[in-house]
Amino acid sequence: MSAVGMELRAPPQIRPAVGTRLMAGPGQATGYERIDDHHRRLGPRPAGGKTLFEVLAQSGLRGRGGAWFSTWRKWAAVGRSSDGHSVVVINASEGEPLSSKDRTLLMLRPHLVLDGAVLAADTLGADDIVLYLSKGSKATEQAVQGALKERGRAGLPEPQIRIVRTAHRYIAGESSAAANRISGGPSKPKFSLQRSAEKGVDDRPTLVQNAETLAHVAMIARYGSDWFRRLGTQSSPGTTLMTLSGNVRKPGVYEVDLGARLGNVLEAAGGTVTPAEGALLGGYFGTWLPATLLHDLPLDVDQLRSAHGASLGCGVLAVLPQGGCAVVEAARIFSYLAAENAGQCGPCVNGLAAIAEAMNRIAVSDSVPSDLDRVQRWIGMVRGRGACHHPDGAVGLLSSALTLYSDHARQHASGQRCYGATVAGFPRPPGPGTEWR
Amino acid sequence: MNSDPRHRLRVNPILCTGFGYCAEIVPELISLDDWGFPIVNPRPFDEDKLLHLAERAVATCPRLALLLEEVAPEAG
Repeated sequence: MSAVGMELRAPPQIRPAVGTRLMAGPGQATGYERIDDHHRRLGPRPAGGKTLFEVLAQSGLRGRGGAWFSTWRKWAAVGRSSDGHSVVVINASEGEPLSSKDRTLLMLRPHLVLDGAVLAADTLGADDIVLYLSKGSKATEQAVQGALKERGRAGLPEPQIRIVRTAHRYIAGESSAAANRISGGPSKPKFSLQRSAEKGVDDRPTLVQNAETLAHVAMIARYGSDWFRRLGTQSSPGTTLMTLSGNVRKPGVYEVDLGARLGNVLEAAGGTVTPAEGALLGGYFGTWLPATLLHDLPLDVDQLRSAHGASLGCGVLAVLPQGGCAVVEAARIFSYLAAENAGQCGPCVNGLAAIAEAMNRIAVSDSVPSDLDRVQRWIGMVRGRGACHHPDGAVGLLSSALTLYSDHARQHASGQRCYGATVAGFPRPPGPGTEWR
Repeated sequence: MNSDPRHRLRVNPILCTGFGYCAEIVPELISLDDWGFPIVNPRPFDEDKLLHLAERAVATCPRLALLLEEVAPEAG
């Protein structure tokens, strides 16, 4: 284990996009889009302010960091508390191992993301803009440093954007963890009766916004809300970036129309290599889906939630190969998540460890049937009892697998051998980190 | 319809290290999980007796991890 925490694998090769808005423009070969090309292609950054705020509200843009929360509402919360000294944080820490959309976006279109952050600062009365980046991706940092130098040389009328790096940890991207780190502490969540919008970095009102969301803001500011709503659905307008991995022919980052079906996205990725056994949607805090649902699954956020209890999360889809086992993969992911706790809250530290230990026995069919009951009991015991949603996300992922594959889980628990563990093709979790700064 | 101010207990899970005094003082609202950490019933209450016990539990916590919050009274 390296002293700076885990190294990231090189991002998957960027493929042509399904929708082309954020990804329109030069491809990967030329590196990041330079500022002159960016301005030639898209025009200069418009002004922020009240007009942009209204356009944002009309656009219906929802955050792309995983929660899909209304962006203008988030801005309104910060704006209410702001007194000219609020902070805009571009959240590009991307701790989700299955996701590479944010660093891909920053490596290709840094000026789009940075424009969005400046627009937010303009609108909210922020005088400090921080790019929050994980230490794991040197290529991303190089691209951003280059882009920042260009903006400096161009003398753009904006606050200087600074970079704060953090260890590559799963929960480092949580809002209060980001604010904690940027304030000089570890990237661990805090317990507070106030949200980051009111008291964030250095106790100032803080907007913590996903990098991709800010890129969409930069486009909406130029082309308007009607343009944005031409793609997507009423409740989930626009396009979004998805990271596809596992049992797909062309893994990578795709820009997709939120009005499409998941089958369209899989098609763009060349389809599956072997018949899919199922898939994980949303990332490590996501939901397991049966293979039968994949073709017609809507991407609309509200439909996903109401019809399937699922979420796109940060746009991750990992497909299980034929013969793969979701119980085994869920146990592996859960062990990683258990090890990634911040060590702050008793129910999380103890609960996730206890569940992981039993699940690892179940996964290798070396358990007793009551181990499954133990796991269910502890899942219920742990929910909602941490300072952040880490334990909830972890047990949610596990619970989803144990519900969808309940018969198979019972087979595991009664000692029946399963060879799913030997089937390759589903991404393995990385080793857990050790640092918090 | 009761228009007395209501309260509820909350625990700061970061400060809490599982002493467990709270569960002994007000078992009506707090029980302990399998690892000795408090499971706090979040329901707002207005009974005087509960308020008295809740205040004692808050004062007794060695880690100052227990909080008593005032909640808007029930609407008519």
